[in-house]
Amino acid sequence: MAERIGVVLFPGSNCEQDVIFAVEQLGAQGEILWHGDASTNGVDAVVVPGGFAHGDYLRTGAIARFSPVMQAITDFAAAGGPLVGICNGFQVLTEAQLLPGALQKNAGLKFLCETVELRVETTTTALTNEATDGQILRIPINHFEGNFVCDAATLAQLRAEDRVVVRYVDNPNGSLDNIAGVCNEGRNIVGLMPHPERASDAILGSADGVVLLRSLLAACRVSP
Amino acid sequence: MPAYEARVEVTHLPGIADPAGATVERALPALGYTNVTSVHIGKTIRLSLEALDEPTARAQVEEMCERLLANPVIEAYDVTISELAR
Repeated sequence: MAERIGVVLFPGSNCEQDVIFAVEQLGAQGEILWHGDASTNGVDAVVVPGGFAHGDYLRTGAIARFSPVMQAITDFAAAGGPLVGICNGFQVLTEAQLLPGALQKNAGLKFLCETVELRVETTTTALTNEATDGQILRIPINHFEGNFVCDAATLAQLRAEDRVVVRYVDNPNGSLDNIAGVCNEGRNIVGLMPHPERASDAILGSADGVVLLRSLLAACRVSP
Repeated sequence: MPAYEARVEVTHLPGIADPAGATVERALPALGYTNVTSVHIGKTIRLSLEALDEPTARAQVEEMCERLLANPVIEAYDVTISELAR
């Protein structure tokens, strides 16, 4: 049976259809989860997509965190369900404290829209289980606030627990320790600034995101 | 109930990079202000509220800061309360 991938739609999300298209290319079934509904509708995985949830007012992700769907997502992930935040979705998950750290304005204060190289640092997460250690992926970024920061103790913990999921090969935004994506302790929640769904077909310039999306589908099959 | 104005100043925690502040810090010497040694950019939030007394108002605004107005992972906040004339 096809995996059901729930993609959260906040007012201001703008990558939800791209994610649905990309996972459906891989044989999964994508469906929208409206932010105002406190349910994940029994999906097998949840993606919080990119965009500008609630206009990004106050701070990116700050208001989205209080949408009714967030409690349902939190419960879903607490039960081991695969949860991925992409770009603005990553910012939402850090604000919700489902992932450590925060995303600051880029060093250099430029909005960055370009394809970057990422290095896969761990293959034991919901988003990288089909990748290989050290694999280089070409995937686009598209953000103004992608500069990952956290305190020294958190960084030491992330390193010790092998929770940096992907790093930039050539740091574009000033992120601490070149971090492009991290996971939670249970490794079922992953957040990253680059957009795998925008690298899901050769016609888009790169299909390197496919291995990550395939990993997410694989995680659906092993999660409770 | 008395009315108060709360002024919340949100700044970066020490050690957390402030890219906007750093950019302005580099720009000011270009205008001749070579004696500027540091610049920090934060934000100010002003809100009016009714509360039993000033300590109650302060406690409530500080709770708002913890829950929404600031991100304790990267930001510090400072609350100033003043009573509004009725």
